[in-house]
Amino acid sequence: MAKAHVTTTINGDEYEFLCEPQQSLVDVLRNELRLSGTKEGCSTGDCGACSVMMDGRLVCSCLVLAVEAEGKEVETIEGMGTADDLHPLQKRFLEINGLQCGICTPGILVAAKALLEENDNPTESEIRYWLAGNLCRCTGYDKVIRSVQAAAEDMRKG
Amino acid sequence: MATILEESGFNPDADLKVVGTNPVKHDGLDKVLGRAKFGADAYLPGMLYGKILRSPHAHAIIKSIDTSKAEALPGVKAVITSADFPEIPQGTGWGDMSRNTIAREKALFDGHPVAAVAATSEQVAKRACKLVEVEYEVLPHVIDVEDAMAEGAPILHDYMRTKGDENALDVPTNVCEKMVSKLGDVAVGFEAADCVVEHEFDSKPMHQGYIEPQGCIADYSEDGLVEVWTCTQAPFVYRDRLSAVLKIDAAKINVQQSELGGGFGGKTGFYAEPLAIILSKKASAPVKMTLTRAEVFRGTGPVSGTKSRIKMGCTKDGKITAAEADLYFQTGPYTGSMYFNAPNAMFTRYELENVYIEAYEVVSNRPKVNSFRAPCVPQIVFGVEGIIDEMAKKVGMDPIDFRLKNAAKEGHTTIYGDTWGPVGFIETLEAAKETDHYKTPVKDGEGRGISCGFWFNRGGETSSTMTLAPDGTVTIATGTADVAGSRISIAMMAAEELGISVDKVRVRMADTNSLGFNRVTAGSRTTFSVGMVVVDNARKCITELCRRAANIWGVAEEEVVYEDGQVKPASSNVGDFEPMSVGEITSKTTMTNGAIVSSSSMNVTGAGPGFGVNIVDLKVDEGTGRVDVLRWTVVQDAGKAIHPVQVEGQLQGAAIQGMGWALNEEYIYTDEGKLDNPGFLDYRMPVASDAPMVDCKIVEIPNPKHPFGLRGVGEVPVVPTMAAVGNAITDAIGIRPTSLPMSPPKLLKLIEERDAG
Repeated sequence: MAKAHVTTTINGDEYEFLCEPQQSLVDVLRNELRLSGTKEGCSTGDCGACSVMMDGRLVCSCLVLAVEAEGKEVETIEGMGTADDLHPLQKRFLEINGLQCGICTPGILVAAKALLEENDNPTESEIRYWLAGNLCRCTGYDKVIRSVQAAAEDMRKG
Repeated sequence: MATILEESGFNPDADLKVVGTNPVKHDGLDKVLGRAKFGADAYLPGMLYGKILRSPHAHAIIKSIDTSKAEALPGVKAVITSADFPEIPQGTGWGDMSRNTIAREKALFDGHPVAAVAATSEQVAKRACKLVEVEYEVLPHVIDVEDAMAEGAPILHDYMRTKGDENALDVPTNVCEKMVSKLGDVAVGFEAADCVVEHEFDSKPMHQGYIEPQGCIADYSEDGLVEVWTCTQAPFVYRDRLSAVLKIDAAKINVQQSELGGGFGGKTGFYAEPLAIILSKKASAPVKMTLTRAEVFRGTGPVSGTKSRIKMGCTKDGKITAAEADLYFQTGPYTGSMYFNAPNAMFTRYELENVYIEAYEVVSNRPKVNSFRAPCVPQIVFGVEGIIDEMAKKVGMDPIDFRLKNAAKEGHTTIYGDTWGPVGFIETLEAAKETDHYKTPVKDGEGRGISCGFWFNRGGETSSTMTLAPDGTVTIATGTADVAGSRISIAMMAAEELGISVDKVRVRMADTNSLGFNRVTAGSRTTFSVGMVVVDNARKCITELCRRAANIWGVAEEEVVYEDGQVKPASSNVGDFEPMSVGEITSKTTMTNGAIVSSSSMNVTGAGPGFGVNIVDLKVDEGTGRVDVLRWTVVQDAGKAIHPVQVEGQLQGAAIQGMGWALNEEYIYTDEGKLDNPGFLDYRMPVASDAPMVDCKIVEIPNPKHPFGLRGVGEVPVVPTMAAVGNAITDAIGIRPTSLPMSPPKLLKLIEERDAG
């Protein structure tokens, strides 16, 4: 089967790759481009560990075909911050312990960032429903929600 | 060999500087940046991809396997079946483990591996699996315990006879083991009771539900050395089991644990690793294997489903006089459920004189169960604490007062023969009474449930090394896996003992070549046991630091002391020497006999039991049977919380796992014995919008056998969860659910029965 040639932008950098037509975006991100910060937990769009942004829209990258990334802007956890310049969400998740094992953390951070860009003052309930697509089995969500609330406040204060 | 620090050095009045604070965990930064490497995040040059072919039948004889078409597919480098593994006799521990890895004579559950393929891509490996031709003779299957014990039930193993049952006939059975536990005379106890409550209960298997599917890479080198990278709670146990099952010397196998994306007990036993090793050997290349979510559900350990009958009696003033139970545990196709924890723990926390428990472990055509926080206990405590709740109501007592009246304390001898040192059950119950939650009246239309739980907490073999670098910073290598943040707590205990900042300490998860044996991370043993050996490491290093400083100053070792991270002259008579910091001494090790390193290995004992109380408020929609949990408080004795925020995380996570098990999570089988819900859409774990915030109150009744007084905290908090939800539902709808999960259809049926009178 002939492979497809795809040109896309990931975290601001241009990437080119070849993939089979049925390969998912998460598969290519991880296994072809070795951007393994995006996690694959279910491959059916139920756990949210593979959350990325595509042209400003929050998507499960396991439900997006890699060829659909052609010409698009993709943002992954690798583009969210650096050790010296953490995103407020990353900072608060560390301080408040919004992560335990950390496998769901990249997906939750990407999803929470999308929320705060749309709504800088979400209620607890709005955060819980927004993140209902991101499973976490360690934390019971309490400190996840508190981390998002604290980061929202930081961002409002600028 | 030491089993405990001879002098734990526990000092209740110690002025602790690091322990009890909440520093950011050292592994956190990589995790928020997406840089942490989990099981599936490693790649090796020349790596192949492995896939598993699994049985579509619940019970079938494997008559033949033809791999020739799969082998002929371009890109396929190896195809393996059980014929590629050493044959180990059936009915033995290693024989079961080998057959659970890859079916030999029979496939025993839907999803049982029968063959595996390594190929140049996952896509090719998947296609090759479809080309493997397996001829099955399908046999009648059995899924549930009652059916498996019935006369004429399909038998899984012709060789099986019930262990521990002296009346068992010499005929094949599905009952692996029977265990009887007793104290006093229950007939006398029930005679003395004014109130007797008895119910039958059942529960379904739930899955540990870690978000990271199993992922590993195995590299079998041409000279017979095996490197394994994997997400595991048990690198050393994996190594030794791989050695036994594959008949490879343990010294030739090196297991390096990756970051672990959740385990909860489910990553204490291997699945793909032996297959990856044999594929790698056959293909002469590294092989990476990651399970899909469906494979995780079908092929890896859920917990035991159960049936039970529990009966308890008490006097009218609330003293429990007798407790009796029959317990039946699913174990999957092989023994190993740890069902014995249930009789040992179900009533333990109460002062009881008369107890009789019969417990049975039963095989059936389900995946072999694996550990989950407090294995086999929470689903039985669901019944026990439900009955206690009912007894308290019947005799007109507050549920916490009823439990206080029967609470065991220091000096109590348990049904399994231990006599307790200081324990905090009474203090935990009293703290629960004082919570804002308990003092707030239940709102109209809501129900409130109280429940409590006990867990043994464990120690076990633990090894670590401490290395002081020339700049005075400290590296600790430990092999007891960090499953949710234990590294920071270990670093904190080392920093406290050394009198230095926690920023100067790093804890590394060592590979099995670099360290002595470490037991699995299980039994809430990690922070407790590793804390013990790390304090021993620190004390040895301190002795050596003193020796080196004395040597530099030309004075006797006894003439120096170590305080707050510095060596000082013991008195002004010794001489006029400026105190030397750790870094000042380690920077001079070239002159003083080389690096300062210490090693410690112990089979740690002295773990202190833990107790927890849950208070849950919820609302039941009587039109649909849906439950909304609105408020949840966990009170637990941690002995000493090394990192209180991490402890809270354990309590909160356990509460919501228990909520899922209580309300939704279950394995559903078709009539053909196939798992019908192997995905997160149909196997419904709690999501953020299902859960309330979880308030925590940490009680600290120190365990004096530990240098900082700590008790394990990871398992206790799941024990009371389902009973607390069950008791709250009972309070809300006036009728007791006895079947887990308490899902909407079941509650709706109870409500309809109630309304029909």
